[in-house]
Amino acid sequence: MKHTLAILVENKPGVLTRVAGLFSRRGFNIESLAVGVTENLDTSRITIVVSGDDNILEQVEKQLNKLIDIIRVSDIPAEDSVSRELALIKVGVDSNTRAEVMQIVDVFRAKIVDVGIKSLVIEVTGDESKINAIEQLLRQFGIKEMVRTGKIAMNRGAKVVQSEKR
Amino acid sequence: MTKPKMTGARAVIECLYRENVEVIFGYPGGTVLPLYDELYDANIRHILVRHEQAAAHAADGYARATGKTGVCLATSGPGATNLVTGIANAYMDSIPMIAITGQVPRSLIGCDAFQEANITGITLPITKHNYLVQDTKDLPTIFKEAFYIARTGRPGPVLIDIPKDVQNEIIEYEYPEEVKMRSYKPTYTGNEQQIKKAASVILKSERPIFYVGGGIIFSNACEELKDLAQTIMAPVTTTLMGMGAFPLAHPLSVGMLGMHGTRYANYAIQESDLIIAIGVRFDDRVTGKISAFAPNAKIIHIDIDPAEIGKNVRVDIPIVGDAKNILKSLARFVKIEQPKTDAWVTKIHAWKKEYPLTYKRDNLLRPQFVVEQISDVCPDAIICTEVGQNQMWAAQFFNYKNPRTFISSGGLGTMGYGFPAAIGAKVGKPESTVIDIAGDGSFQMNSQELATVVQNDIPVIVAILNNGVLGMVRQWQKLFFNQRYSSTCLKGSVDFVKLAEAYGALGLRATKKSEVRDVIVEAVKSGRPTVIDFVVEREENVSPMVPAGAAINEILDLE
Repeated sequence: MKHTLAILVENKPGVLTRVAGLFSRRGFNIESLAVGVTENLDTSRITIVVSGDDNILEQVEKQLNKLIDIIRVSDIPAEDSVSRELALIKVGVDSNTRAEVMQIVDVFRAKIVDVGIKSLVIEVTGDESKINAIEQLLRQFGIKEMVRTGKIAMNRGAKVVQSEKR
Repeated sequence: MTKPKMTGARAVIECLYRENVEVIFGYPGGTVLPLYDELYDANIRHILVRHEQAAAHAADGYARATGKTGVCLATSGPGATNLVTGIANAYMDSIPMIAITGQVPRSLIGCDAFQEANITGITLPITKHNYLVQDTKDLPTIFKEAFYIARTGRPGPVLIDIPKDVQNEIIEYEYPEEVKMRSYKPTYTGNEQQIKKAASVILKSERPIFYVGGGIIFSNACEELKDLAQTIMAPVTTTLMGMGAFPLAHPLSVGMLGMHGTRYANYAIQESDLIIAIGVRFDDRVTGKISAFAPNAKIIHIDIDPAEIGKNVRVDIPIVGDAKNILKSLARFVKIEQPKTDAWVTKIHAWKKEYPLTYKRDNLLRPQFVVEQISDVCPDAIICTEVGQNQMWAAQFFNYKNPRTFISSGGLGTMGYGFPAAIGAKVGKPESTVIDIAGDGSFQMNSQELATVVQNDIPVIVAILNNGVLGMVRQWQKLFFNQRYSSTCLKGSVDFVKLAEAYGALGLRATKKSEVRDVIVEAVKSGRPTVIDFVVEREENVSPMVPAGAAINEILDLE
């Protein structure tokens, strides 16, 4: 079972190493990782997708909370949250295939951010399955290069992940 | 008021004064020259060791004996990496310690400079927290936080890495009055609902047992433990780390549990209906086969570290907080007129009678006899141990009465720990007799510290149970590897009496039972650093023993 954790941390050098190191030495597997600063400049938010049963998740949360620079760990439930990934996909095209690729981009409400003679760079945001789907469709044209961010997630409604430790 | 201006090195000394540091164990080198220059006329005792590993163990032993935070100091690169074993050891046993290391100047960090090592990276998994000082102005705040983190919550080692140019830079010094950390707030008070729940389960239990460890000692909760145990008339077993938390001579004591614990402690755990676990972590050496551990018992787990709860075993009633606080609160809810544990206590006394810890009492000089004699001659001594058979015999055959009198490497199992730890203990408790019960293998891992004890006049006694082999490994080879004694024989290696004398210490030897008492008395009377070479039976095994992977009541007696 996959869980998405929102981890608020002090925005200091080395904090990501502490978090990543904890996962590796305790044998937890990081499936996806995204880091960025929050509305407070002294706080960063790490979004980690981790797989495992409830016991493993409990240990992950407790061990994370032991790290001194960790302010808060919060499990973001899939059913009550929004989550996004972003991908840039460079597809090889010629005059025959360009139109078809642009149609697919339209259907997925993705964007073309660069047009070359032999290639297009497509920007797509969405949840994991949407990005997987467009990747699947574009594969037939030849994906020359692809880069994906880790997942970021946020609770729906008024609920927030606050920077006060429980 | 204007803030005084001073160098970073001077500021470090001022910070140490503010934290009431009276002694540092260390070894100088290039990147800590400015610090050592300040130490030259500082009002802090500096013990010069002969290897940085010993500095870390000594700081650790000092912390265990006194309850204060131990401090060690080393230079960058190899100095810092030599501390690593000692830091890992302190981390595994939750010992409050500050390790200060020099680092190459900031402009050279990352350039593979001479004696550069990324010690904050290396110690990430073995410190509670660590700091690389990148801005000299941060020094006072870092020291304040480091000491606070090291000694609060679940204690542990904190490393502060200080580049050489930081030590030379001038700052305006001001020590913060309080710690402001939004991300670190340990829980001390137990949840009252949980405490009430625990109390009601305790009141119903007919076969309760306390299983307590190092946490009881660190929290100074031994009196509260004794009171509660006596109120409900429940037996008490301790882990290796908990030796001394409950007097072994007390009728409710069942001694140590686990792999080399007593039969009666292991039986009591397995047949109990309630385990009150305090300041313990259900280590594999304690639980044996985890699926067969205490099958009929409810478990109350009291610990200051929430991550320990549910880590290894299922827990029915977790209570996070300080053991002393929680035991005090529990006592308010546990009011008993007539304990229901009569039958249980009777059964335990019968087990104690039937299965005492024992060994062959013949004319040969056996290591257990030596430990018993030490216990008899020096009942109030602080006992440090090395790791292996010596450690188990020291745990089994000395009659511990008080907390902080048994100092041993529990979690990491570090050979070479005991002697430097004894140095730290003796420095912290000069009025106590401090004895390192050693093996001939372990002692040789840090025997160079004989120079330290002689130079600094630290009269510790090293009692070597010399069997000429790496006994514990050999025991496993005997039991599980067809007696193929691969690289465990040390025969013919060292004359420990001459070794002691070469360093200027007193060297004594006993080869017969009749000589044992006399040499112990002589060592104590001499007031000098002493090594006693007890030439003991080679074939002796630590018994009883739970084989790895077996349930703890499947315990064997070994010849």
